[in-house]
Amino acid sequence: MRRRTLLTGAAAAAAAAGSGSLLSACGSSAGGGAPRLDFLSLAWQTESVKANKDLVAQWNARHPEVQVRYVQGSWDDVHDQLLTSFEGGAAPDIIHDEGVDLTDFGSGGYLADLTGLLPAALKSRIPQSTWDTARFDGALYGVPFLQEPKVLLANRTLLAGAGVRLPDAAHPWTWQEFEDICRELSHHGGGSADRYGTAWPMSSPVSLTLNLALTDGGRILYKDAGGDRTEVRFGSADSAFAELVRRQVGTDRSAPSSALALGGGDLLPGFFAGRYAMLPLGFSYRQQVQQQAPAHFDWVTLPLPVGQGAPDGGRAQGVSPQTLSVAKSCKHQEAAVEFIDFMTQTPHLVRLAQGDWMPPTGTAALRDPSLTTTKLGWDTGMAVSKYLTASPALSMRGYPEWSDKIATPALQQYYSGAISLDSLRGKLVRDGNRVFERYRG
Amino acid sequence: MSATDAAGPAAVPAPPAPPRAPAPDGSPGAGRRTARRRAGRAGQYLALLCYLVFLAFPLLWLVSTAFKSPQELGSVHPTWLPRHPTLDNFRTAFDEQPLLHSALNSLLIAGISAVVSVAVAVPAAYAMVRFRSVVSRAGTGWILVSQMFPLVLVIIPLFMVLKNLHLIDSRLGLGLVYVVWTLPFALWMLQGYVRAVPVSLEEAAAIDGCSRARALRSVVLPLLTPGLVATLMFSFVTAWNEFFFGLVLLKSPEKQTMSVILTHFLGAEGAADLGPLAAASVLATLPSLLFFALLQKRLVGGMMTGAVKG
Repeated sequence: MRRRTLLTGAAAAAAAAGSGSLLSACGSSAGGGAPRLDFLSLAWQTESVKANKDLVAQWNARHPEVQVRYVQGSWDDVHDQLLTSFEGGAAPDIIHDEGVDLTDFGSGGYLADLTGLLPAALKSRIPQSTWDTARFDGALYGVPFLQEPKVLLANRTLLAGAGVRLPDAAHPWTWQEFEDICRELSHHGGGSADRYGTAWPMSSPVSLTLNLALTDGGRILYKDAGGDRTEVRFGSADSAFAELVRRQVGTDRSAPSSALALGGGDLLPGFFAGRYAMLPLGFSYRQQVQQQAPAHFDWVTLPLPVGQGAPDGGRAQGVSPQTLSVAKSCKHQEAAVEFIDFMTQTPHLVRLAQGDWMPPTGTAALRDPSLTTTKLGWDTGMAVSKYLTASPALSMRGYPEWSDKIATPALQQYYSGAISLDSLRGKLVRDGNRVFERYRG
Repeated sequence: MSATDAAGPAAVPAPPAPPRAPAPDGSPGAGRRTARRRAGRAGQYLALLCYLVFLAFPLLWLVSTAFKSPQELGSVHPTWLPRHPTLDNFRTAFDEQPLLHSALNSLLIAGISAVVSVAVAVPAAYAMVRFRSVVSRAGTGWILVSQMFPLVLVIIPLFMVLKNLHLIDSRLGLGLVYVVWTLPFALWMLQGYVRAVPVSLEEAAAIDGCSRARALRSVVLPLLTPGLVATLMFSFVTAWNEFFFGLVLLKSPEKQTMSVILTHFLGAEGAADLGPLAAASVLATLPSLLFFALLQKRLVGGMMTGAVKG
């Protein structure tokens, strides 16, 4: 992540040196004069890549006048790759990325404002609250098409053995119930006999902490009424979720401290072995569970617990959706938007969602029978998707720097027990506000 | 009190020591020295074995992972050998990504850039060693400094230069970048080898009427063989493994290199298609291993030649 800051600086320096003159429009010609648009896709799972490629082939067959070339991208270093391409004037025309990147790229002048380009049908397909995840400073920089809530992947056998009530989207657990159940499911016999109610994969602690703070009515990052000034606050609602994790790891020992440095996928072997009864993971992790779990392993997808006293009954959680954007340098922006419209038509959205094991953003797509089935927990994901809202990280200029330099080390220290809540608050707020102050105006 | 009293009545006399093998010089001290030397050598071999196991562990684990089923990959008690070995990971890797094509791209780009890098570095290193001046010293210092720049600081200016040369999304462009990127270290490596060649050999050649260029070709270059091979290996492996330049500079799917293709098995937030990724990674290590295997003999042979002549 340090690389991102360095590269941003390098990009700014290059831009200041007059590199703008080098920018040229994208959208080359496909041999016989028909425009060819490059579509950078970050799909990576087998079904998802196939779905994307099939849809591109369908488009090309129906639209000989505008050909689209599928370009496989990679989540690894995509921010740096795009930033370099933008600066050098060789960016792809249609870009698949994550919502949190749109702030940097939009304010940098690299992405087209889609506000006046979107067809009415596409606008109405996606709820207004979801559009807000890709809009800032009055401009719309991407079409959100997939979103990923956090859910609980649970070992049904262990839960049944403890005689606990299984929650559903209509009747989720509260965080308090969750803590009680985790304590009940934990036992410590020493060594490999230890079992934990849950495990918190905190290799990237900032987004998880921000997004789940919403369940208790906090958001940590606030904007003033004018939308210009970002302020960090860490009151009791903001810190409730962080305190819960610290309690589970440090006091109750119902979550292992060893998991704090790991990613979600690293915890799956322990989950299959019964070492962790429940894992709070992204909805798409079901694919890995389904693929890797032993034959006898009985698992279930549960909604995330809810906070008390928060709007929406504490069901809201923040997300940074996957988006489709158009490069500002693209010569054929209208054709690019038509392609995005094609990709996000309801049946296509459903197919992309199935391929990525994630909920789509489209209202009709969310109701599709293939996605509301109880099989593999799809219904839970669709039900909780109604409450997803924009992550507090979205549209905050300076967020990457605050996250890398201030919040990540501070939260890692706090979760591991190295610093107190007061100390964490001091770092996040005092040091954090200094960072955001530099991005004002 | 005598020694017998101190031992007590129950003390049993120690059995006589087994006869020692006669030492080469027949003295008991020499026998001890030989035994100590053998023990020392055994310790060295043991330490070397431990080190080799340590070095080989990632590769062996990678190979083992490539043959495991998804269920075995998800096991909390992983085994060294796959319990149910499968080729599915290789099949999936080949089905999903153009591995062979990307390997050929990498081979071409890394091979050519390594050869060019060494070809440029040899005369430059020779000049820097044999013609000592302020400029050559400054050049040597600059080489060191240039190694400290992070990639990200040079990538945007480099991108723009290549764009002006119409070398973006071009294998030639990427090869040129690798030449520039590996050249400083190649120069640094070769300087050491050139310095080790005695000047007196060139002076003797000059007395026999050899020009400096001829002396370089006929006298210095053969003695530099191990250095050339080592530098070639270094340049090849650096280019073969490089990821970021390849990611940024090559856009067309048919031109992408192996290291870039490998990241297509990775998802957001650290998610990974582990089996196919391991299978593809095993394939990605093969060319480097083959390259080493082919050139290792030459490297060792060259070293021995140098040792004898020295």
